[in-house]
Amino acid sequence: MTGPDPEYLLHATGLTKSFGTFTAVDGIDFAVQRGESFGFLGPNGAGKSSTMKMVGCVSPATGGVLRVFGQDPATHGPQIRARLGVVPQKDTLDEELSVEVRVRTTELLEFAQLTDRAGSTVEPLSGGMKRRLTIARSLISRPEILLLDEPTTGLDPQARHVLWDRLFRLKRSGVTLVLTTHYMDEAEQLCDRLVVMDHGKIVAQGSPRSLIAEFSTKEVLELRFDTDDHSQQAGAIAGIGERIEVLPDRLLVYTQDGDVAAAEVHQRGVRPLSALVRRSTLEDVFLHLTGRTLID
Amino acid sequence: MSASVSTSTSGAAPAAWRSVFGSWLTAYKRTWRGSIFGRFLSPLMFLLSLGLGLGSLVNKSSGGVDGVPYLQFVVPGIVAAQSMWVAMGESTYPVMGAIRWNGKYYAMLATPVGINDVLFGHLLYVAMQVTGATAIFIAVAALFGSFTSWWVLLCLPVTILTGMAFAVPVFAFSARQETDSGFNILFRFIMTPLFLFSGIFFPVSQLPGFLRPVAWVMPLWHGVQANRSLALGSPDFAAIAAHAAYLLAVIAVSAWLARRAFTKRLVV
Repeated sequence: MTGPDPEYLLHATGLTKSFGTFTAVDGIDFAVQRGESFGFLGPNGAGKSSTMKMVGCVSPATGGVLRVFGQDPATHGPQIRARLGVVPQKDTLDEELSVEVRVRTTELLEFAQLTDRAGSTVEPLSGGMKRRLTIARSLISRPEILLLDEPTTGLDPQARHVLWDRLFRLKRSGVTLVLTTHYMDEAEQLCDRLVVMDHGKIVAQGSPRSLIAEFSTKEVLELRFDTDDHSQQAGAIAGIGERIEVLPDRLLVYTQDGDVAAAEVHQRGVRPLSALVRRSTLEDVFLHLTGRTLID
Repeated sequence: MSASVSTSTSGAAPAAWRSVFGSWLTAYKRTWRGSIFGRFLSPLMFLLSLGLGLGSLVNKSSGGVDGVPYLQFVVPGIVAAQSMWVAMGESTYPVMGAIRWNGKYYAMLATPVGINDVLFGHLLYVAMQVTGATAIFIAVAALFGSFTSWWVLLCLPVTILTGMAFAVPVFAFSARQETDSGFNILFRFIMTPLFLFSGIFFPVSQLPGFLRPVAWVMPLWHGVQANRSLALGSPDFAAIAAHAAYLLAVIAVSAWLARRAFTKRLVV
Protein backbone atom coordinates (compact mmCIF):
# COMPACT_ATOMS: atom_id res chain seq x y z
CA MET A 1 0.00 0.00 0.00
CA THR A 2 1.44 3.37 -1.00
CA GLY A 3 1.35 6.54 1.10
CA PRO A 4 -0.61 9.63 0.18
CA ASP A 5 0.56 11.43 -2.95
CA PRO A 6 0.36 15.22 -2.49
CA GLU A 7 -0.28 15.63 -6.20
CA TYR A 8 -3.78 14.28 -5.74
CA LEU A 9 -6.72 16.02 -4.07
CA LEU A 10 -8.29 12.65 -3.57
CA HIS A 11 -6.40 9.42 -3.18
CA ALA A 12 -7.71 5.99 -2.18
CA THR A 13 -5.98 2.64 -1.98
CA GLY A 14 -7.80 -0.54 -1.05
CA LEU A 15 -10.76 1.52 0.16
CA THR A 16 -13.39 -0.76 1.70
CA LYS A 17 -16.80 -0.28 3.28
CA SER A 18 -18.69 -3.12 4.91
CA PHE A 19 -22.06 -3.23 6.61
CA GLY A 20 -21.97 -6.37 8.72
CA THR A 21 -21.27 -9.19 6.29
CA PHE A 22 -22.19 -7.13 3.21
CA THR A 23 -19.29 -5.46 1.44
CA ALA A 24 -20.56 -2.34 -0.34
CA VAL A 25 -17.14 -1.10 -1.48
CA ASP A 26 -14.57 -3.81 -2.01
CA GLY A 27 -11.01 -2.50 -1.97
CA ILE A 28 -11.03 0.17 -4.66
CA ASP A 29 -8.14 2.40 -5.77
CA PHE A 30 -8.55 5.80 -7.38
CA ALA A 31 -6.91 9.21 -7.52
CA VAL A 32 -8.26 12.60 -8.57
CA GLN A 33 -6.17 15.63 -9.54
CA ARG A 34 -7.08 19.27 -9.03
CA GLY A 35 -9.39 20.67 -11.71
CA GLU A 36 -10.40 17.25 -12.92
CA SER A 37 -13.94 16.05 -13.39
CA PHE A 38 -14.08 12.49 -12.12
CA GLY A 39 -16.99 10.09 -12.21
CA PHE A 40 -18.14 6.86 -10.62
CA LEU A 41 -20.36 5.07 -13.13
CA GLY A 42 -22.35 2.02 -12.16
CA PRO A 43 -25.80 0.57 -11.55
CA ASN A 44 -27.76 1.02 -8.32
CA GLY A 45 -26.02 -0.85 -5.50
CA ALA A 46 -22.57 -0.75 -7.12
CA GLY A 47 -21.10 1.08 -4.11
CA LYS A 48 -20.98 4.58 -5.63
CA SER A 49 -22.87 6.38 -2.88
CA SER A 50 -20.98 4.55 -0.12
CA THR A 51 -17.75 5.70 -1.73
CA MET A 52 -19.01 9.28 -1.93
CA LYS A 53 -19.98 9.26 1.75
CA MET A 54 -16.50 8.12 2.72
CA VAL A 55 -14.96 10.84 0.56
CA GLY A 56 -17.37 13.35 2.11
CA CYS A 57 -16.07 12.33 5.56
CA VAL A 58 -19.52 11.46 6.90
CA SER A 59 -19.03 7.69 6.80
CA PRO A 60 -15.96 5.96 8.23
CA ALA A 61 -14.05 3.59 5.96
CA THR A 62 -13.91 -0.04 7.10
CA GLY A 63 -10.51 -0.59 5.52
CA GLY A 64 -7.88 0.80 3.18
CA VAL A 65 -6.34 4.25 2.99
CA LEU A 66 -8.24 7.40 2.02
CA ARG A 67 -6.72 10.87 1.80
CA VAL A 68 -8.63 14.02 0.90
CA PHE A 69 -6.43 17.11 0.42
CA GLY A 70 -3.72 14.80 1.76
CA GLN A 71 -5.55 14.50 5.08
CA ASP A 72 -7.12 11.52 6.81
CA PRO A 73 -10.94 11.72 7.24
CA ALA A 74 -10.60 9.79 10.52
CA THR A 75 -8.60 12.58 12.11
CA HIS A 76 -9.35 15.69 10.03
CA GLY A 77 -13.05 15.28 9.16
CA PRO A 78 -14.18 18.85 9.94
CA GLN A 79 -11.13 20.42 8.26
CA ILE A 80 -11.74 18.40 5.10
CA ARG A 81 -15.49 19.01 5.09
CA ALA A 82 -14.83 22.75 5.30
CA ARG A 83 -13.24 22.54 1.82
CA LEU A 84 -15.88 20.27 0.25
CA GLY A 85 -19.22 21.10 -1.32
CA VAL A 86 -21.78 18.30 -1.15
CA VAL A 87 -24.81 17.75 -3.36
CA PRO A 88 -26.51 14.66 -1.90
CA GLN A 89 -28.64 12.24 -3.87
CA LYS A 90 -31.80 13.56 -2.23
CA ASP A 91 -32.16 17.32 -1.86
CA THR A 92 -31.93 18.23 1.84
CA LEU A 93 -33.58 21.64 1.63
CA ASP A 94 -35.85 23.17 4.23
CA GLU A 95 -38.92 23.51 2.03
CA GLU A 96 -40.62 26.09 4.21
CA LEU A 97 -37.83 28.64 4.02
CA SER A 98 -37.51 31.07 1.16
CA VAL A 99 -34.92 30.54 -1.55
CA GLU A 100 -33.14 33.67 -0.37
CA VAL A 101 -32.81 32.59 3.25
CA ARG A 102 -31.09 29.39 2.18
CA VAL A 103 -28.63 31.05 -0.17
CA ARG A 104 -27.84 34.58 0.68
CA THR A 105 -25.63 35.78 -2.06
CA THR A 106 -27.12 37.17 -5.25
CA GLU A 107 -24.11 35.85 -7.12
CA LEU A 108 -25.02 32.25 -6.31
CA LEU A 109 -28.68 32.73 -7.14
CA GLU A 110 -27.67 34.17 -10.48
CA PHE A 111 -25.43 31.21 -11.07
CA ALA A 112 -28.29 28.85 -10.19
CA GLN A 113 -30.65 30.91 -12.42
CA LEU A 114 -33.01 31.41 -9.50
CA THR A 115 -32.81 35.20 -9.09
CA ASP A 116 -36.47 35.74 -10.00
CA ARG A 117 -37.52 33.08 -7.46
CA ALA A 118 -35.48 34.50 -4.58
CA GLY A 119 -38.56 35.43 -2.53
CA SER A 120 -40.39 32.17 -3.13
CA THR A 121 -40.46 29.36 -0.60
CA VAL A 122 -38.60 26.24 -1.64
CA GLU A 123 -41.55 23.86 -1.64
CA PRO A 124 -43.23 24.90 -4.96
CA LEU A 125 -39.98 24.90 -6.98
CA SER A 126 -39.52 22.35 -9.75
CA GLY A 127 -37.18 19.39 -9.29
CA GLY A 128 -34.54 21.05 -11.47
CA MET A 129 -34.75 24.32 -9.53
CA LYS A 130 -34.42 22.55 -6.18
CA ARG A 131 -31.41 20.69 -7.52
CA ARG A 132 -29.80 23.94 -8.65
CA LEU A 133 -30.57 25.46 -5.25
CA THR A 134 -28.89 22.52 -3.53
CA ILE A 135 -25.86 23.09 -5.77
CA ALA A 136 -25.90 26.82 -5.01
CA ARG A 137 -26.00 26.02 -1.29
CA SER A 138 -23.07 23.62 -1.62
CA LEU A 139 -21.05 26.45 -3.21
CA ILE A 140 -21.52 28.94 -0.35
CA SER A 141 -18.24 27.94 1.27
CA ARG A 142 -16.33 28.16 -2.07
CA PRO A 143 -15.39 24.46 -2.04
CA GLU A 144 -12.36 23.09 -3.83
CA ILE A 145 -14.06 19.78 -4.51
CA LEU A 146 -17.75 19.46 -5.32
CA LEU A 147 -19.20 16.00 -4.59
CA LEU A 148 -22.35 15.28 -6.60
CA ASP A 149 -24.27 12.08 -5.91
CA GLU A 150 -26.45 11.37 -8.95
CA PRO A 151 -26.94 15.05 -9.76
CA THR A 152 -29.64 14.66 -12.42
CA THR A 153 -31.53 11.52 -11.39
CA GLY A 154 -35.25 12.18 -11.66
CA LEU A 155 -34.95 15.36 -13.75
CA ASP A 156 -36.45 15.88 -17.19
CA PRO A 157 -34.07 16.19 -20.18
CA GLN A 158 -34.20 19.99 -20.36
CA ALA A 159 -33.51 20.40 -16.64
CA ARG A 160 -30.59 17.98 -16.98
CA HIS A 161 -29.03 20.04 -19.76
CA VAL A 162 -29.36 23.25 -17.73
CA LEU A 163 -27.67 21.51 -14.82
CA TRP A 164 -24.86 20.10 -16.96
CA ASP A 165 -24.23 23.58 -18.31
CA ARG A 166 -23.93 24.95 -14.76
CA LEU A 167 -21.58 22.16 -13.72
CA PHE A 168 -19.48 22.72 -16.79
CA ARG A 169 -19.07 26.38 -15.85
CA LEU A 170 -18.01 25.36 -12.34
CA LYS A 171 -15.40 23.04 -13.74
CA ARG A 172 -14.05 25.81 -15.98
CA SER A 173 -13.79 28.05 -12.92
CA GLY A 174 -11.41 25.51 -11.39
CA VAL A 175 -13.68 23.47 -9.10
CA THR A 176 -12.84 19.78 -9.03
CA LEU A 177 -16.00 17.76 -9.70
CA VAL A 178 -16.47 14.24 -8.32
CA LEU A 179 -19.78 12.68 -9.26
CA THR A 180 -21.66 9.44 -9.38
CA THR A 181 -24.14 8.57 -12.06
CA HIS A 182 -25.90 5.66 -13.64
CA TYR A 183 -26.45 7.62 -16.83
CA MET A 184 -23.82 7.03 -19.48
CA ASP A 185 -24.72 10.23 -21.31
CA GLU A 186 -24.10 12.20 -18.12
CA ALA A 187 -20.74 10.53 -17.61
CA GLU A 188 -19.78 11.26 -21.22
CA GLN A 189 -20.88 14.89 -20.91
CA LEU A 190 -19.25 15.70 -17.59
CA CYS A 191 -16.34 13.39 -16.85
CA ASP A 192 -12.75 13.75 -17.97
CA ARG A 193 -12.09 10.41 -16.41
CA LEU A 194 -14.23 7.80 -14.75
CA VAL A 195 -14.24 4.44 -13.10
CA VAL A 196 -16.88 1.83 -13.84
CA MET A 197 -18.09 0.16 -10.65
CA ASP A 198 -19.95 -3.09 -10.23
CA HIS A 199 -20.60 -5.03 -7.01
CA GLY A 200 -18.30 -2.73 -5.03
CA LYS A 201 -15.33 -3.17 -7.36
CA ILE A 202 -13.80 -1.04 -10.09
CA VAL A 203 -14.05 -3.00 -13.32
CA ALA A 204 -12.50 -0.43 -15.67
CA GLN A 205 -11.19 3.11 -15.71
CA GLY A 206 -10.18 5.80 -18.18
CA SER A 207 -11.66 8.65 -20.19
CA PRO A 208 -15.09 7.98 -21.73
CA ARG A 209 -13.48 7.87 -25.17
CA SER A 210 -10.66 5.52 -24.18
CA LEU A 211 -13.08 3.19 -22.40
CA ILE A 212 -15.25 2.98 -25.49
CA ALA A 213 -12.19 2.40 -27.66
CA GLU A 214 -10.88 -0.28 -25.33
CA PHE A 215 -14.04 -2.20 -24.52
CA SER A 216 -16.39 -1.59 -27.42
CA THR A 217 -16.45 -1.15 -31.18
CA LYS A 218 -16.91 2.05 -33.13
CA GLU A 219 -20.52 1.36 -34.03
CA VAL A 220 -23.45 -0.72 -32.86
CA LEU A 221 -26.26 -2.17 -34.94
CA GLU A 222 -29.46 -2.58 -32.91
CA LEU A 223 -31.96 -5.12 -34.22
CA ARG A 224 -35.51 -5.59 -32.92
CA PHE A 225 -37.60 -8.60 -33.86
CA ASP A 226 -41.24 -9.51 -33.45
CA THR A 227 -40.51 -12.12 -30.78
CA ASP A 228 -40.66 -12.61 -27.03
CA ASP A 229 -37.22 -14.17 -26.96
CA HIS A 230 -34.53 -12.38 -28.90
CA SER A 231 -31.99 -15.14 -28.26
CA GLN A 232 -33.82 -17.26 -30.87
CA GLN A 233 -32.74 -14.79 -33.55
CA ALA A 234 -29.10 -14.67 -32.48
CA GLY A 235 -28.16 -17.79 -34.44
CA ALA A 236 -29.37 -16.33 -37.72
CA ILE A 237 -26.97 -13.41 -37.55
CA ALA A 238 -24.05 -15.24 -35.90
CA GLY A 239 -20.68 -14.19 -37.28
CA ILE A 240 -21.77 -10.72 -38.33
CA GLY A 241 -19.69 -7.97 -36.69
CA GLU A 242 -17.21 -8.66 -33.91
CA ARG A 243 -19.60 -9.61 -31.13
CA ILE A 244 -23.32 -10.00 -30.46
CA GLU A 245 -25.12 -9.18 -27.22
CA VAL A 246 -28.63 -10.48 -26.56
CA LEU A 247 -30.92 -8.19 -24.58
CA PRO A 248 -34.53 -8.95 -23.64
CA ASP A 249 -35.86 -6.48 -26.21
CA ARG A 250 -33.16 -6.34 -28.91
CA LEU A 251 -29.93 -7.73 -30.32
CA LEU A 252 -26.77 -5.62 -30.39
CA VAL A 253 -24.20 -6.24 -33.10
CA TYR A 254 -20.83 -4.69 -32.28
CA THR A 255 -19.00 -3.72 -35.45
CA GLN A 256 -16.63 -1.15 -36.93
CA ASP A 257 -19.19 -0.36 -39.67
CA GLY A 258 -22.89 -0.59 -38.79
CA ASP A 259 -24.14 -0.12 -42.36
CA VAL A 260 -22.04 -2.99 -43.66
CA ALA A 261 -23.36 -5.21 -40.85
CA ALA A 262 -26.96 -4.17 -41.61
CA ALA A 263 -26.48 -5.03 -45.28
CA GLU A 264 -25.11 -8.42 -44.30
CA VAL A 265 -28.15 -9.10 -42.08
CA HIS A 266 -30.41 -8.21 -45.02
CA GLN A 267 -28.40 -10.44 -47.38
CA ARG A 268 -28.97 -13.44 -45.09
CA GLY A 269 -32.68 -12.89 -45.49
CA VAL A 270 -33.18 -11.92 -41.84
CA ARG A 271 -35.99 -9.31 -41.52
CA PRO A 272 -35.96 -7.41 -38.21
CA LEU A 273 -38.77 -5.00 -37.25
CA SER A 274 -36.21 -2.26 -37.00
CA ALA A 275 -32.48 -1.82 -37.56
CA LEU A 276 -30.63 1.13 -36.09
CA VAL A 277 -26.97 2.05 -36.41
CA ARG A 278 -25.46 4.19 -33.64
CA ARG A 279 -22.12 5.01 -32.06
CA SER A 280 -20.89 3.00 -29.11
CA THR A 281 -21.55 4.54 -25.70
CA LEU A 282 -20.46 3.85 -22.13
CA GLU A 283 -23.60 1.76 -21.79
CA ASP A 284 -22.01 -0.69 -24.23
CA VAL A 285 -18.79 -0.65 -22.23
CA PHE A 286 -20.73 -1.49 -19.11
CA LEU A 287 -22.71 -4.21 -20.84
CA HIS A 288 -19.53 -5.77 -22.12
CA LEU A 289 -17.78 -5.61 -18.75
CA THR A 290 -20.62 -6.87 -16.58
CA GLY A 291 -23.06 -8.58 -18.92
CA ARG A 292 -25.80 -6.31 -17.62
CA THR A 293 -27.39 -3.00 -18.56
CA LEU A 294 -26.96 0.01 -16.30
CA ILE A 295 -30.63 0.71 -15.69
CA ASP A 296 -32.81 -2.35 -15.26
CA MET B 1 -17.21 1.89 13.84
CA SER B 2 -18.26 5.38 14.79
CA ALA B 3 -14.88 6.23 16.16
CA SER B 4 -13.15 6.37 12.82
CA VAL B 5 -14.76 9.47 11.34
CA SER B 6 -13.55 12.47 13.24
CA THR B 7 -16.51 14.33 14.63
CA SER B 8 -14.68 16.70 16.91
CA THR B 9 -14.42 20.27 15.73
CA SER B 10 -11.22 21.28 17.41
CA GLY B 11 -9.21 23.53 15.16
CA ALA B 12 -11.60 23.58 12.19
CA ALA B 13 -14.47 25.80 13.25
CA PRO B 14 -14.67 26.80 16.89
CA ALA B 15 -18.14 26.28 18.38
CA ALA B 16 -19.77 24.84 15.27
CA TRP B 17 -22.85 24.18 17.41
CA ARG B 18 -23.60 27.90 17.02
CA SER B 19 -24.37 27.37 13.33
CA VAL B 20 -26.63 24.44 14.23
CA PHE B 21 -28.50 26.56 16.78
CA GLY B 22 -28.68 29.40 14.26
CA SER B 23 -30.15 27.13 11.64
CA TRP B 24 -33.02 26.07 13.94
CA LEU B 25 -33.52 29.69 14.90
CA THR B 26 -33.77 30.68 11.24
CA ALA B 27 -36.51 28.13 10.71
CA TYR B 28 -38.31 29.35 13.85
CA LYS B 29 -38.31 32.97 12.66
CA ARG B 30 -40.95 31.94 10.12
CA THR B 31 -43.41 30.57 12.70
CA TRP B 32 -42.66 32.40 15.94
CA ARG B 33 -45.83 34.53 15.93
CA GLY B 34 -48.20 31.58 16.04
CA SER B 35 -46.01 29.81 18.56
CA ILE B 36 -45.89 32.80 20.94
CA PHE B 37 -49.68 33.17 20.72
CA GLY B 38 -50.06 29.54 21.81
CA ARG B 39 -47.63 30.09 24.67
CA PHE B 40 -49.95 32.79 26.09
CA LEU B 41 -53.13 30.86 25.44
CA SER B 42 -52.05 27.73 27.29
CA PRO B 43 -51.68 29.30 30.80
CA LEU B 44 -54.93 31.24 30.32
CA MET B 45 -56.89 28.04 29.71
CA PHE B 46 -55.41 26.28 32.74
CA LEU B 47 -55.96 29.28 35.01
CA LEU B 48 -59.58 29.57 33.96
CA SER B 49 -60.48 25.89 34.20
CA LEU B 50 -58.39 24.79 37.20
CA GLY B 51 -58.07 28.03 39.12
CA LEU B 52 -61.50 29.52 38.77
CA GLY B 53 -63.50 26.41 37.89
CA LEU B 54 -62.20 23.38 39.76
CA GLY B 55 -60.28 25.49 42.27
CA SER B 56 -63.36 27.21 43.71
CA LEU B 57 -65.00 23.79 44.25
CA VAL B 58 -61.95 22.36 46.01
CA ASN B 59 -61.52 25.45 48.17
CA LYS B 60 -65.21 25.44 49.17
CA SER B 61 -65.39 21.76 50.05
CA SER B 62 -61.99 21.15 51.70
CA GLY B 63 -60.27 24.51 52.08
CA GLY B 64 -57.70 23.86 49.34
CA VAL B 65 -54.92 21.25 49.60
CA ASP B 66 -53.25 21.15 53.03
CA GLY B 67 -54.56 24.65 53.60
CA VAL B 68 -53.15 26.03 50.34
CA PRO B 69 -55.68 27.52 47.88
CA TYR B 70 -56.03 25.15 44.92
CA LEU B 71 -54.81 27.70 42.34
CA GLN B 72 -51.54 28.16 44.24
CA PHE B 73 -51.23 24.41 44.72
CA VAL B 74 -51.80 23.41 41.10
CA VAL B 75 -50.12 26.12 38.99
CA PRO B 76 -46.45 25.40 39.93
CA GLY B 77 -47.08 21.82 38.87
CA ILE B 78 -48.64 22.85 35.58
CA VAL B 79 -45.58 25.02 34.91
CA ALA B 80 -43.44 21.88 35.21
CA ALA B 81 -45.87 19.85 33.06
CA GLN B 82 -45.85 22.43 30.30
CA SER B 83 -42.07 22.19 30.04
CA MET B 84 -42.53 18.46 29.51
CA TRP B 85 -45.00 19.07 26.65
CA VAL B 86 -42.85 21.67 24.97
CA ALA B 87 -39.77 19.46 25.31
CA MET B 88 -41.61 16.39 23.96
CA GLY B 89 -43.02 18.33 21.02
CA GLU B 90 -39.62 19.70 20.10
CA SER B 91 -37.74 16.41 20.43
CA THR B 92 -40.04 13.98 18.62
CA TYR B 93 -41.18 15.02 15.12
CA PRO B 94 -38.44 17.64 14.56
CA VAL B 95 -35.71 15.06 15.32
CA MET B 96 -37.33 12.39 13.16
CA GLY B 97 -37.86 14.96 10.40
CA ALA B 98 -34.23 16.06 10.46
CA ILE B 99 -33.20 12.41 10.05
CA ARG B 100 -35.86 10.90 7.81
CA TRP B 101 -37.98 13.57 6.13
CA ASN B 102 -35.90 16.60 5.23
CA GLY B 103 -32.39 15.31 5.94
CA LYS B 104 -31.48 18.45 7.86
CA TYR B 105 -28.97 16.65 10.10
CA TYR B 106 -27.26 15.09 7.09
CA ALA B 107 -27.00 18.49 5.42
CA MET B 108 -25.38 19.82 8.59
CA LEU B 109 -22.96 16.91 8.86
CA ALA B 110 -21.76 17.51 5.30
CA THR B 111 -20.17 20.71 6.65
CA PRO B 112 -17.47 20.99 9.34
CA VAL B 113 -20.25 20.50 11.92
CA GLY B 114 -19.93 17.20 13.84
CA ILE B 115 -22.32 14.92 15.72
CA ASN B 116 -21.77 16.68 19.04
CA ASP B 117 -22.53 20.04 17.43
CA VAL B 118 -25.71 18.74 15.81
CA LEU B 119 -26.92 17.33 19.12
CA PHE B 120 -25.87 20.22 21.34
CA GLY B 121 -27.03 22.96 18.96
CA HIS B 122 -30.45 21.39 18.59
CA LEU B 123 -30.82 20.74 22.33
CA LEU B 124 -29.90 24.35 23.00
CA TYR B 125 -32.70 25.42 20.69
CA VAL B 126 -35.13 23.16 22.58
CA ALA B 127 -33.90 24.69 25.85
CA MET B 128 -34.63 28.11 24.39
CA GLN B 129 -38.19 27.04 23.56
CA VAL B 130 -38.70 25.63 27.06
CA THR B 131 -37.32 28.82 28.59
CA GLY B 132 -39.60 31.08 26.55
CA ALA B 133 -42.72 29.03 27.21
CA THR B 134 -41.99 28.80 30.95
CA ALA B 135 -41.25 32.51 31.33
CA ILE B 136 -44.50 33.44 29.60
CA PHE B 137 -46.49 30.92 31.66
CA ILE B 138 -45.06 32.17 34.96
CA ALA B 139 -45.66 35.81 34.00
CA VAL B 140 -49.28 35.22 33.00
CA ALA B 141 -49.99 33.03 36.03
CA ALA B 142 -48.49 35.66 38.33
CA LEU B 143 -51.00 38.21 37.04
CA PHE B 144 -53.76 35.86 38.22
CA GLY B 145 -52.31 35.65 41.73
CA SER B 146 -51.02 32.10 41.40
CA PHE B 147 -47.84 32.73 43.37
CA THR B 148 -47.25 34.17 46.81
CA SER B 149 -43.48 34.57 46.75
CA TRP B 150 -40.68 36.01 44.61
CA TRP B 151 -38.93 32.67 45.03
CA VAL B 152 -41.10 31.68 42.04
CA LEU B 153 -38.42 33.23 39.83
CA LEU B 154 -36.21 30.25 40.68
CA CYS B 155 -38.90 28.04 39.14
CA LEU B 156 -37.53 29.13 35.75
CA PRO B 157 -34.17 27.31 36.02
CA VAL B 158 -35.79 24.33 37.77
CA THR B 159 -38.37 24.08 34.97
CA ILE B 160 -35.70 24.31 32.26
CA LEU B 161 -33.97 21.35 33.93
CA THR B 162 -37.30 19.49 34.06
CA GLY B 163 -37.94 20.11 30.36
CA MET B 164 -34.45 19.02 29.36
CA ALA B 165 -34.77 15.87 31.50
CA PHE B 166 -37.47 14.95 28.97
CA ALA B 167 -35.95 16.44 25.82
CA VAL B 168 -32.58 14.66 26.03
CA PRO B 169 -33.90 11.10 26.54
CA VAL B 170 -36.59 11.68 23.91
CA PHE B 171 -33.85 12.78 21.46
CA ALA B 172 -32.26 9.37 22.03
CA PHE B 173 -35.64 7.67 21.57
CA SER B 174 -36.59 9.60 18.43
CA ALA B 175 -33.25 8.94 16.73
CA ARG B 176 -33.90 5.20 17.06
CA GLN B 177 -37.44 5.21 15.65
CA GLU B 178 -38.10 3.92 12.14
CA THR B 179 -41.59 5.43 11.96
CA ASP B 180 -43.47 8.04 13.95
CA SER B 181 -45.88 5.48 15.47
CA GLY B 182 -43.64 5.20 18.54
CA PHE B 183 -44.49 8.80 19.36
CA ASN B 184 -48.15 7.96 19.90
CA ILE B 185 -47.11 5.40 22.50
CA LEU B 186 -44.85 7.97 24.11
CA PHE B 187 -47.62 10.56 24.31
CA ARG B 188 -50.38 8.18 25.36
CA PHE B 189 -48.59 5.86 27.78
CA ILE B 190 -45.91 8.09 29.23
CA MET B 191 -46.77 11.76 28.90
CA THR B 192 -50.47 11.59 29.78
CA PRO B 193 -50.07 9.29 32.86
CA LEU B 194 -47.18 11.42 34.09
CA PHE B 195 -49.28 14.55 33.74
CA LEU B 196 -52.08 12.96 35.77
CA PHE B 197 -50.08 11.14 38.46
CA SER B 198 -46.99 13.28 39.19
CA GLY B 199 -48.49 15.19 42.09
CA ILE B 200 -49.74 18.11 40.01
CA PHE B 201 -53.46 17.86 40.81
CA PHE B 202 -53.19 16.02 44.12
CA PRO B 203 -50.26 14.96 46.33
CA VAL B 204 -48.55 11.71 45.33
CA SER B 205 -49.32 10.41 48.83
CA GLN B 206 -52.92 9.95 47.62
CA LEU B 207 -51.71 7.36 45.07
CA PRO B 208 -51.77 3.62 45.88
CA GLY B 209 -48.44 2.63 47.44
CA PHE B 210 -47.12 0.65 44.47
CA LEU B 211 -47.59 3.62 42.11
CA ARG B 212 -45.66 6.16 44.18
CA PRO B 213 -42.15 4.92 43.25
CA VAL B 214 -43.10 5.29 39.57
CA ALA B 215 -43.82 8.97 40.16
CA TRP B 216 -40.59 9.37 42.12
CA VAL B 217 -38.46 7.88 39.34
CA MET B 218 -39.87 10.09 36.59
CA PRO B 219 -38.44 13.60 36.17
CA LEU B 220 -41.81 15.38 36.27
CA TRP B 221 -42.52 14.76 39.97
CA HIS B 222 -39.15 16.28 40.91
CA GLY B 223 -39.89 19.40 38.88
CA VAL B 224 -43.37 19.68 40.39
CA GLN B 225 -42.13 19.33 43.96
CA ALA B 226 -39.30 21.82 43.57
CA ASN B 227 -41.52 24.35 41.81
CA ARG B 228 -44.25 24.12 44.41
CA SER B 229 -41.82 24.47 47.27
CA LEU B 230 -40.42 27.64 45.66
CA ALA B 231 -43.72 29.18 44.57
CA LEU B 232 -45.34 28.79 47.98
CA GLY B 233 -42.60 30.89 49.50
CA SER B 234 -41.11 28.52 52.07
CA PRO B 235 -38.49 26.70 49.98
CA ASP B 236 -36.79 23.64 51.42
CA PHE B 237 -33.46 24.17 49.65
CA ALA B 238 -31.97 20.80 50.59
CA ALA B 239 -34.92 19.04 48.94
CA ILE B 240 -34.81 21.38 45.93
CA ALA B 241 -31.09 20.71 45.47
CA ALA B 242 -31.78 16.96 45.57
CA HIS B 243 -34.52 17.30 42.95
CA ALA B 244 -32.25 19.41 40.73
CA ALA B 245 -29.41 16.91 41.14
CA TYR B 246 -31.73 14.08 40.11
CA LEU B 247 -32.84 16.01 37.01
CA LEU B 248 -29.22 16.75 36.13
CA ALA B 249 -28.34 13.07 36.48
CA VAL B 250 -31.19 12.12 34.11
CA ILE B 251 -29.92 14.70 31.61
CA ALA B 252 -26.32 13.47 31.87
CA VAL B 253 -27.15 9.77 31.41
CA SER B 254 -29.53 10.41 28.55
CA ALA B 255 -27.06 12.77 26.85
CA TRP B 256 -24.75 9.77 26.60
CA LEU B 257 -27.61 7.68 25.20
CA ALA B 258 -28.57 10.41 22.72
CA ARG B 259 -24.96 10.73 21.56
CA ARG B 260 -24.89 6.99 20.92
CA ALA B 261 -28.24 6.96 19.13
CA PHE B 262 -27.29 9.91 16.91
CA THR B 263 -23.95 8.36 16.01
CA LYS B 264 -25.55 5.02 15.21
CA ARG B 265 -28.15 6.65 12.99
CA LEU B 266 -26.16 9.41 11.30
CA VAL B 267 -22.62 8.05 10.97
CA VAL B 268 -22.92 4.82 8.97
